[in-house]
Amino acid sequence: MTVTTKDTGVEQAVETITLTIDGIEVSVPKGTLVIRAAERLGIAIPRFCDHPLLDPVGACRQCMVEVPDMGNGRGMPKPQASCTLEAMPGMKISTQLSSPVAAKAQAGMLEMLLINHPLDCPICDKGGECPLQNQSMSNGNGESRYGGVKRTFPKPVPISAQVLLDRERCVLCARCTRFSEQISGDPFIALVERGALQQVGVYAEHPYDSYFSGNVIQICPVGALTSADYRFQSRPFDLVSTTTACEHCAAGCELRSDHRHYQVKRRLAGNAPEVNEEWNCDIGRFAFVSGRLTDRLTMPLLREDGVLRPASWPEAIDAAVAGLKAAGTHVGVLTGGRLTVETSYAYQRFARAVLGTNNVDFRARAASAEEEQFLAATVAGGTTDKAVTYADLERAGKVVLVGFEPEEESPIVFLRLRKAVRKKKLAVVAVAPLLSNGSAKLSATLVPTAPGAEAAALADLADVDAGTVVLLGERLAAVPGALSAAAALAARTGARLAWIPRRAGEVGAVTAGCLPGLLPGGRLVSDGVARIDTATAWDVESLPAEPGLDVNGMLGAASDETLKALVVAGAEISDFADPVSARDAFEHVGFLVSIENRLSDISSCADVVFPAALLEEQSGTFYNWEHRPRPVARVNKTLRSPMTDIRVLAALADAMGADLGIRTTASAAAELSELGAWDGARAEVPAFTATDDAITPDGFRLATWRELIDDSRRNDGAGELLATAKPPVARLSAATAVRAGVTEGGTVTVGTARGELTYDAAIDDTVVDGVVWIPSRASGRNVAEALGARAGDPVTAKEGARS
Amino acid sequence: MGLLDQWAGFGVTFMTMFRPTFTQGYPEGWGSKKKAKEKVTAPRFHGRHQLNRWPDGLEKCVGCELCAWACPADAIYVEGSSNTDSERFSPGERYGSVYQINYLRCIFCGMCIEACPTRALTMTNEFKLADYSRAKLIFTKEELLAPLLPGMEQPPHPRRLGDDEQQYFLGLPATGQPDLRTWTNQMEETS
Repeated sequence: MTVTTKDTGVEQAVETITLTIDGIEVSVPKGTLVIRAAERLGIAIPRFCDHPLLDPVGACRQCMVEVPDMGNGRGMPKPQASCTLEAMPGMKISTQLSSPVAAKAQAGMLEMLLINHPLDCPICDKGGECPLQNQSMSNGNGESRYGGVKRTFPKPVPISAQVLLDRERCVLCARCTRFSEQISGDPFIALVERGALQQVGVYAEHPYDSYFSGNVIQICPVGALTSADYRFQSRPFDLVSTTTACEHCAAGCELRSDHRHYQVKRRLAGNAPEVNEEWNCDIGRFAFVSGRLTDRLTMPLLREDGVLRPASWPEAIDAAVAGLKAAGTHVGVLTGGRLTVETSYAYQRFARAVLGTNNVDFRARAASAEEEQFLAATVAGGTTDKAVTYADLERAGKVVLVGFEPEEESPIVFLRLRKAVRKKKLAVVAVAPLLSNGSAKLSATLVPTAPGAEAAALADLADVDAGTVVLLGERLAAVPGALSAAAALAARTGARLAWIPRRAGEVGAVTAGCLPGLLPGGRLVSDGVARIDTATAWDVESLPAEPGLDVNGMLGAASDETLKALVVAGAEISDFADPVSARDAFEHVGFLVSIENRLSDISSCADVVFPAALLEEQSGTFYNWEHRPRPVARVNKTLRSPMTDIRVLAALADAMGADLGIRTTASAAAELSELGAWDGARAEVPAFTATDDAITPDGFRLATWRELIDDSRRNDGAGELLATAKPPVARLSAATAVRAGVTEGGTVTVGTARGELTYDAAIDDTVVDGVVWIPSRASGRNVAEALGARAGDPVTAKEGARS
Repeated sequence: MGLLDQWAGFGVTFMTMFRPTFTQGYPEGWGSKKKAKEKVTAPRFHGRHQLNRWPDGLEKCVGCELCAWACPADAIYVEGSSNTDSERFSPGERYGSVYQINYLRCIFCGMCIEACPTRALTMTNEFKLADYSRAKLIFTKEELLAPLLPGMEQPPHPRRLGDDEQQYFLGLPATGQPDLRTWTNQMEETS
């Protein structure tokens, strides 16, 4: 028999065996567990500890089946746990459906579990969606014969700020401890004590601050682990579930978003085997309340006498149109990389067809012309069947991480890499200034590289072949020559490249054409044929041919007032490579239109502010880093939500006397797919040379990147989540520490001409000598703003004041 | 047609006028029954709901929403919340922070009180629920909570009957008697 595996679509011959379950023959691949084989027949054997993505353990003993014949003619004398029993040829299995012995064993097991399990289902968050409740009803006795006193523990115990443990409810299935050990690699919880007192314990000095801790709440088969955030918020039967996609990073997780009375109460990981399997990270799970704070914009604002005041929609549209018309084509459009493909598409069409300029860029971060060329050549117009996918990561012989920290920047990529490392002995190479905690969990080999020297490191990288996948982070935009070196490496060795940005909308924005030199689908602005093709599809006479300004050019032109107006959506001043000069640009630009869902630092200096619907109030699509379309469903159907970005742009276009051509997400998606793939000229891969500046023996270099849980505005309102953020420390090697006069346990002050920041020092000998690593946006400390420095820049380091 | 024929029809009318009446005055009797008391319902009459209290005044409702789940008319809306040590409404971890019964929808079937796991929700005999607006017929928690009896205290307040949950419940007096308190008889006792 052949089995079509989901991963590849390629038929692979798998050795199969045939066994009989409840008198029905079934053929399964060799090595299949009996409980899985029974599932194939639609026979549900009750279980608690069994989870298809975790190693079998046989801890709960609930899945008992009778084995009259092991395949060798002899039967098992006692019922067996089917979750640890491998199917054998000719095996005969009797489940509870045909065997009174198995049914009695299962009922007895449930009765034993319920001896100490409290009957507090009415106040338990799991009540109503609880496997223990359900299986007690379907396979249990219904009545308890136990009249004694139940074991109780003080409850609930917080094992981290966001996970609460009710020990008396625990059935010791070890799903949570296995998850933390096998999947996330943060074994901060373990089963401790023995007998009736056995319980899930947490290290005395370490709370369970894993980036993936929310998953243990979801896989707990009873109500032992509950979410502090969701606790007592609602019951399962109140909730309306919507399958949607996560908006926080480019991993593209499927989510189940549960809402009650137009308010999202919780978000769970969806089941997308090809993307996030059944996991997600804590940001995706817990950071969803930022849109319901007091700074939510619900009506347009208009600047009058220097102050923003609420305005009606017609008034605001008239003001915006007057300002934009006065600016002519000296207008720039900045979209923050967080928008859906459809919205990005609408913005670039608005810039090109309505405003008549190519000044459009989604990169509200460090960006370069080299990066734009690299994206145009390798990312724009990509498709999942050609791009590197999660499955390719699992199949790769080697994965090289360059300028990319998977656990911090794309956590689901990290989980998939860790799965491949654990199960398929994948070799991971990290081209980084230090071996981070995430890389250590991937057993990565470090290629010590000072920040800024990634290009040279890529050129010298050995043992790279066609089976290698090189994962490039968005931070490489700030390293001259690095993306060119990666492209050269791929051309030389046949290695495959994948660009994994941090934000969910970036790959989609590239495909939608939100770059000054790029039209939708990888068409080039410089290519006349592509311009005519696009202009025909948009039903306009022509498209602007002169090259547009990128984000750096626009901010510079805004500061010196050659750019007269800016339209900014979904961006923050703190996002930009240098927030101070960005603030200067936004304050100096003649006319600023901000389209936001919350009042931001940009909208505070805008002349007209339009409110936009939250992502949970609109539909759309994200392309994740594999170019896989991830559908975003409208979760919250409240009538009170403002217009979507596309609707606002259409209204502005109408008032300017031009036609945007699209009014809804659906029409934007239809137009983008009608525009279709482009088989004309493509951009060449960049061939920029690296700047060569080695660290001077007495100098220090800054290494920095964003951590998953930091001072981002997406986390606003999620207090429990923020409490699990890593404490901000500066990492430096012992030799560097000696040179800076810093001791372990002391503090280190990192400074530039602009300012200084002080962190607790952590001596880490994997850090390249001369390099000091600090988190980019730890609570209250924005490195780019305070120091005006980016990774690779020279800084000073000295012992800080004792805190 | 005779002269009296048209009066013959009134015979029925006059006969009926002198029969004993079975209509009843409301809210008081009238005529010969002017002093009659208000209608007394059967003891198990399904009237207005009440949310009961523990003897120290803490609420029995844990906000589990089983009443809302059981309700065939979708008349009940509940939201649960966590008790804190500084603000305690019920002896356990959880209490009902929002509790509403919509009497425009309620059909007085009593499924909710059967579902209630703590006997927090019971029904009184009160049936006079007419009012002038829809809003007034959505009863909130304040209106539904049983009045404070002597010895009870208005929550939030700490547990008075035991230091922790277990002591609180184990320390409750064993009555051996069904709880016969109703909203009406308590009002009489307290007044």
